[in-house]
Amino acid sequence: MREPRQETVTRLACDGSGPTGGHLACRGCGGVLAMQMAARVLGPNCVFVIPAGCMAVIDGPFPLSSLQAPLLHIAFEAAASAAAGVRAGLDARGKHDTTVVAWAGDGATFDIGFGAVSAAADRNDNVLYVCYDNEAYMNTGIQQSGATPAGAWTTTTPRANPKPTPKKDMLAIMTAHRIPYFASATPAFPDDYLAKLERARDTRGFRFLHVFTPCPPGQRFEEQNTVRVARKAVTSRVFPLVEVAGGKALTVFDAGEPTPVREYVRLQGRFSHLDDGEVERFAAEVDARWRWLIDWAERESDE
Amino acid sequence: MSENGHGVKFWPGNIVVAEAAVAAGCNFFAGYPITPSSEIAHQMSLLLPRGGGHFVQMEDELGAMGAVIGASLAGAKALTATSGPGMSLKLENLGFGYMVEAPCVVVNVMRGGPSTGLPTHPSQSDLMQARWGTHGDHPTIALAPAFHQEIFLETIRAFNLAEQFRMPVILLIDEVLGHLSEGVVPPERDAYEIVERAHDSGEPDKFLPYDVTAGDIPPFRPYFDGATWHTTGLNHDETGFPTTDAKHIQQDMYRHYRKVLGNRDVIDKVEYYMADDAEIGIVSFGSTARAAMAAVKQAREQGVKVGLLRPVTVWPFPKDQVYEFGRDKKYLIVPEFNLGQMVYEVERAVHFDRPIKRVNKVGGVPIYPSEILAAIEEVA
Repeated sequence: MREPRQETVTRLACDGSGPTGGHLACRGCGGVLAMQMAARVLGPNCVFVIPAGCMAVIDGPFPLSSLQAPLLHIAFEAAASAAAGVRAGLDARGKHDTTVVAWAGDGATFDIGFGAVSAAADRNDNVLYVCYDNEAYMNTGIQQSGATPAGAWTTTTPRANPKPTPKKDMLAIMTAHRIPYFASATPAFPDDYLAKLERARDTRGFRFLHVFTPCPPGQRFEEQNTVRVARKAVTSRVFPLVEVAGGKALTVFDAGEPTPVREYVRLQGRFSHLDDGEVERFAAEVDARWRWLIDWAERESDE
Repeated sequence: MSENGHGVKFWPGNIVVAEAAVAAGCNFFAGYPITPSSEIAHQMSLLLPRGGGHFVQMEDELGAMGAVIGASLAGAKALTATSGPGMSLKLENLGFGYMVEAPCVVVNVMRGGPSTGLPTHPSQSDLMQARWGTHGDHPTIALAPAFHQEIFLETIRAFNLAEQFRMPVILLIDEVLGHLSEGVVPPERDAYEIVERAHDSGEPDKFLPYDVTAGDIPPFRPYFDGATWHTTGLNHDETGFPTTDAKHIQQDMYRHYRKVLGNRDVIDKVEYYMADDAEIGIVSFGSTARAAMAAVKQAREQGVKVGLLRPVTVWPFPKDQVYEFGRDKKYLIVPEFNLGQMVYEVERAVHFDRPIKRVNKVGGVPIYPSEILAAIEEVA
């Protein structure tokens, strides 16, 4: 009989002890950074529902590492639906205080599980849905997803034919469902991320956290640069940090004077084939979306 | 193999499938990432755009199968590739493909299951799923090559059979074959045949999409080829529109079966190894048959008269060939990398009249030749 190892990601994180070894993430994994911080806020009274994807592997083979919370590793398309079921089952037993967390990657969220996410939002299921987004199917070998930005190389968008269409706008999509809480965050801005985790935890109904978690092998950068890439994504306004609570009131995290999009792009091998003109076009789209966000925020504050 | 190694490619089986599909005239691929089949999609994303074909990664497996059927009806030669859980998701649309008679090829690179199972490990546990996975009555053509050269040729044959009989054809390989690199010599274009679906030769405005007055396989017109026609997963008559005429539906479902069972001379394919004077017979397919061949060779060296029948076409199951092979055998051995699926067909084929020893294994580690040899020694 093997004893469960106690020094696990969740337990240590809940104890405030921070990261631990034993999990199976690649070096520099942004996803496991996000999970460690989330577990600190959400655990131990929580259930994780994790579909196919890196995190289903990262939680590790017993007894090296396992999240010290119930973990339902469900089929690729079913995170939101299974989470809805877990919520209903716990509620039926009168256990309302447990946080039910669906923790899914961008492929599981933007693509195969999209219908399930939309339906759970439509029903306003009392579930916290976290999409940890590294902008491709990293676990199966770096194939493009609906979250892959235009121009990026992946194994199914080769450099001769990089992805032609932009990343799906999950902010617009999820807020159009009028859910009680939406936020985008990244572990590279931990205070902002932790505060959003707390607000998401303490909100009832369907909450969606969109967390940008760079992936060194998939996005092609050196593993010491994970936080740098994530910070550049925010400061260049490629991945703005926003919060929409109560279906209104867009708040945009102010990261100060923008840094050039070029600096973000040139950190990553997946964009290495883009010439300066293509990078400029990428930057122009980032600018346009930023202006749209600011217009929205100002419109909300006027109302 | 060529004499001096010239022209030999050292490819993983998944790459062989992609290269062979293009050689067969495939000009459309729709897929979704899944281990251990993803390399087929990677390679198609490189190959198809070069030759004017179209590659698309879909939002999920349902979408991939739907796109393949749509492309087929629009006139393309379409391929998709997946593995266990993805195959499960494709099944409804696969049944649609049978119902509307859309030629296409579906590759299942088998891994352990059920559910997520063993994503990076092989198995042969989707054999029955290939036959009976989708709901309803329908015939199945499924091919299960065992060597890379054979994968190349059987991929071409899968497209040809799909075109000839207007139906989806399943190619079953597994993680071992998909990821194992082995020498393969892609044949010159004039060394193999490419079959195209029979085109309607009548007047376009009189086109009936399911006209079977001249034979069991209705001549085809892609959309926007002079005629407008209706396609539905409902039971339909020769016009393509729905019908609830019980007599017609029964006749039509029998026609579907006849397309396959009436053309077994074209569809069936089995290979034999040291079978001529065998007293003990082994029936095994795919990667496991390679272990069986090694075991046969070793047993022969010990003087045991044992031989192998290897179905290459696994569906329809080669029951007559297995009967002929098995009826005079002292013992039959059925090694398969699952908990027992093909053995049911072998039992039926020999009229439950021969003793059969099963060799089964699951868990991701393939059956070793020594395990099959032990079974041979046990019954010898």
